[in-house]
Amino acid sequence: MESEILKIDKFSAGFGQCLVLKDICFSVQQNKITAIMGPSGCGKTTLIRCINRMHEFSPGAVYSGKILLHGQDIYSMNPIIVRRKIGMVFQRPNPFPTMSIYDNVLSGFILNGIKLKKEEKDQIVFNSLQKAGLWEEVKDNLHRKGTFLSGGQQQRLCIARALAMNPDIILLDEPTSSLDPKSTLLIEQLMEELKQSVTILIVTHNIAQAARVSDYVAFIYLGELVEFGPSKKIFTAPENKKTEEYLTGKFG
Amino acid sequence: MENNKQQNNKTICHTNPDWSWFARVKAAFGINDIMPDFIFKKIVLICGLFILVMTVMILISLIANSIPSFKTFGIKFFIGKVWDPVFEQYGTLPFIVGTLLTSFLALTITIPFSLAISLYLGGEFIKEKSFFAGFLKNSIDLLSGIPSVVYGFFGLFLIVPIVRYIQIKTGIEPYGVGIFTASIVLSIMIIPFSASLGREVIEMVPAEIKEAGYSLGATRFEVIRHIILPYCKSGITAGILLALGRAIGETMAVTMVIGNSNMMPKNIFSPANTMASIIANEFAEAIKDLHFSSLIGIGVVLFIVTTVISIAGKIIIRKFAIHS
Repeated sequence: MESEILKIDKFSAGFGQCLVLKDICFSVQQNKITAIMGPSGCGKTTLIRCINRMHEFSPGAVYSGKILLHGQDIYSMNPIIVRRKIGMVFQRPNPFPTMSIYDNVLSGFILNGIKLKKEEKDQIVFNSLQKAGLWEEVKDNLHRKGTFLSGGQQQRLCIARALAMNPDIILLDEPTSSLDPKSTLLIEQLMEELKQSVTILIVTHNIAQAARVSDYVAFIYLGELVEFGPSKKIFTAPENKKTEEYLTGKFG
Repeated sequence: MENNKQQNNKTICHTNPDWSWFARVKAAFGINDIMPDFIFKKIVLICGLFILVMTVMILISLIANSIPSFKTFGIKFFIGKVWDPVFEQYGTLPFIVGTLLTSFLALTITIPFSLAISLYLGGEFIKEKSFFAGFLKNSIDLLSGIPSVVYGFFGLFLIVPIVRYIQIKTGIEPYGVGIFTASIVLSIMIIPFSASLGREVIEMVPAEIKEAGYSLGATRFEVIRHIILPYCKSGITAGILLALGRAIGETMAVTMVIGNSNMMPKNIFSPANTMASIIANEFAEAIKDLHFSSLIGIGVVLFIVTTVISIAGKIIIRKFAIHS
């Protein structure tokens, strides 16, 4: 029943001389939520940015090893194709300020120059906003600017934007770190619903959040994968002493 | 209030053992510690007012001197096609047309270049601190510092022969000088104005929304076209308007290469005159009162046109500014 969608194989990455990630190996199961947790500066964000090849935009970016999507190395694919298959939601909500809510959802298509019929557009906007749990709140204001929404709504708009492209995986880079508890809760509930249709990889420095939402969890410390396994096991009986110390708040 | 301050000084006088002669002098003249601030404020205000007064004086002196001409010709001053100092006929339409043609042609030539330069230097295609980026940036700043008369020479010695060659090859009357030549020289002169403002606004595009674009699988061109340019629309437009203002008012370089003909221009290769160049050309020989007054009248038109353009630029920036 469970199938592997993404496999990270001995992957290392860094900036110039400074190696941020060392020999990371784990795999992500389809339609599950995999959380990557660890203290600040441990390389979580770098890892997630490597998965859709956004890492390359950083100055001096280097990498080695393999990341396989459906068995194919993403570093041998066209980065544009990789990014269409692997969507991303960022730490701070970043809807396009020049576009309306409607256009923001469709921005993946607009940016890639894909022409759609009016009915198709309406359908995609409806479906994506529905999935992101935002439709009821914005259905009367679809043509207002996305930046008028609250922070939490903006973040769900960004999720809708990523979903509109119908990706295989979406990457969430600390999606709730700039949101209030109520919006955080909404987004966590949303992830539960979304995993029916899409695989989710979430970076978080919030241990409680990882425990609440994830099916699998990877603990990264100082650029190395300390422990990976089903969340139930790691949060109840971690094998590694470091993991236990982190979970009990001895450091981090 | 004033009383209070003086009392304050006195109390300091009695309690402070380090009561220096300087403070004594200050106290004798009733100057307290708040005074310098007050004086400074006044000086700044006076300097500011000075600018305002100068602007108004310029406008008044221009209008006062041009009234005889406006009175004599009325609306014909703006729509008359004949400018003839010998027969005292002063219609400025050829110069208005000449000005508009040269500046808009120059703008059309300059826009693609300055847009490309702003994108390049705005960090879209180049590492910020690379040697070449610094070199290019400084060269553009240098361009804006070159005296206009030097551009005129450059136009005469390089652009005029090239244009003449093209004209001979295509069978147009080979003047060399003319509107087209002036536009080319102008377009080089105004690149720094639009490019530097463009670069600044492009640098200000938040990295987050660019990344959002890339994360959706957009190419660099698509991000520029759908995210960066819409975001910078107002700034880029303002830069273009600033450049237009410069182009309309530019005098020396244009006078040297435009051919100085008072006829209505027939096409973009014709020799012509702009409003600024006719003033520069004929001011020294304007002995007749009406001739002098008409030249000043052109000055009034120039003043108004450049003011309108700069106000339009400000309105555009304010109206389309993105509040995020």
